Amino acid sequence: MERTPARRARWTAARLTGIRDETPTARTLRFSVPGWPGHLAGQHVDVRLTAEDGYSAQRSYSLAGPADGDTVELTVERVPDGEVSPYLTEIMEVGDEVELRGPVGGWFVWRPESAAPVLLVAGGSGVVPLMAMLRERRHAGSRVPFRLLYSLRGPDSRYYADELRRPDPGVDVTYLYTRGTPDPWPRPAGRVRLDDLAEGGWPSSFEPDCYVCGPTGFVETVADLLLTLGHAPERIRTERFGPTGG
Amino acid sequence: MAIVSRGFRGRPRAGGDRLPPGQYLVEDFPVLSAGPTPRVPTDRWEFAIDTEEGETHRWSWQEFMALPQERPAVDIHCVTRWSKLDTHWEGVSLDVLFEDVESAAEYALVHSYGGYTTNLPVEDLLDGKAWIVHRFDGEELAPVHGGPARLLVPHLYFWKSAKWVRGIRLLNEDWPGFWETAGYHEYGDPWREQRYEGD
Ligand SMILES: Cc1cc2nc3c(=O)[nH]c(=O)nc-3n(C[C@H](O)[C@H](O)[C@H](O)COP(=O)(O)OP(=O)(O)OC[C@H]3O[C@@H](n4cnc5c(N)ncnc54)[C@H](O)[C@@H]3O)c2cc1C
Repeated sequence: MERTPARRARWTAARLTGIRDETPTARTLRFSVPGWPGHLAGQHVDVRLTAEDGYSAQRSYSLAGPADGDTVELTVERVPDGEVSPYLTEIMEVGDEVELRGPVGGWFVWRPESAAPVLLVAGGSGVVPLMAMLRERRHAGSRVPFRLLYSLRGPDSRYYADELRRPDPGVDVTYLYTRGTPDPWPRPAGRVRLDDLAEGGWPSSFEPDCYVCGPTGFVETVADLLLTLGHAPERIRTERFGPTGG
Repeated sequence: MAIVSRGFRGRPRAGGDRLPPGQYLVEDFPVLSAGPTPRVPTDRWEFAIDTEEGETHRWSWQEFMALPQERPAVDIHCVTRWSKLDTHWEGVSLDVLFEDVESAAEYALVHSYGGYTTNLPVEDLLDGKAWIVHRFDGEELAPVHGGPARLLVPHLYFWKSAKWVRGIRLLNEDWPGFWETAGYHEYGDPWREQRYEGD
């Protein structure tokens, strides 16, 4: 059985074959990468953009879905004044090329053989690698119970809204809105709190594997709250996307 | 030859020859760690060097703070591609800590509160190349950046500069650390772009 797919040390061309808008500021990009070696849910790639004059810039992006032949999908949020994300979300068109390298990362991964219940806690675009885990679960026919707590500004900021709305037995999705909620909504808008994790997560006695991903401040807060709730540090895996935000 | 991405211009370039290949400059201080941030009170902190002969050298926080302090100003480079120039630290050179350590070991496995480990050759820790630091930018080092104390080895990618450092084990054989078993490079020289295993 394939476990950790061989990592590709080389840069390879990736051609954009499809675009799907997720929100007004984020879109999913589908690339064709001939010879893609496959990957695990949670891994990321490095993307390299090169300008006419030879200057290049590189950033990391999580793989949004499980391995599917030569196709890989990323979901990118436009960071205002960013160098790379505005190109990926606004300028790039189907048929354009970037270079990819990966998959990267052997720790922030979920494997379908795993039997422990799973808690996913996403902040904003941090939902991307966690969505890959949910999709991998479905794809592999795993029955492990998953809970997703998804902190986001408001209903318009939801990624994968249709897919997450569809019932998926064994998967609970809870939205934690930080700025504005649908009307009516049981929980007032606000940042993630201890109660959210206590009610929407798993008791620590179930020994769930916890995956936390998002902006650095968010990940710090959530990881600390999970420790407070008694989760063992070695069961809390984190991926920090960026310096700012909440 | 790299593939040109149509319509990509990039930012005005800064950093000049102090920026290793594939890196970009940041002004803030991003955070990369694999799990929660451990909180280690200084009254329970200790730092230890264990030799290959089984000898242990230990320092309590008071003992460590009483050692001669240095203030390195260095450039740091993270494997996730940010670099930060002229960062200011305060701490103890590993040359000081190794003064009375008798060892012929070539390899070091650094370990941290919280369980993190990273490996590097002993020679990369000596001769003014590495410190155990406890202040950043004139302030106590925040837990999220590795406080109370972290290793600082600025000539290697920053994951080698273990946060929350607790000790160094000297070994005759190389033993991979946390990221090194998860696909990252054994050595991690930013100037040779040794990011991942096999680079
Ligand atoms: C392992 C990993 C996986 C990632 N996966 C994804 C992903 O799936 N989707 C995704 O959209 N992003 C992801 N990121 C973040 C991504 O790599 C870039 O940092 C982000 O797209 C910004 O790049 P930029 O060139 O547009 O902005 P930059 O030019 O790098 O930065 C411009 C300004 O924005 C700030 N900034 C940088 N990053 C962020 C951020 N994430 N949030 C808010 N402000 C920021 C900077 O401090 C700077 O002030 C991931 C990061 C890591 C480390």
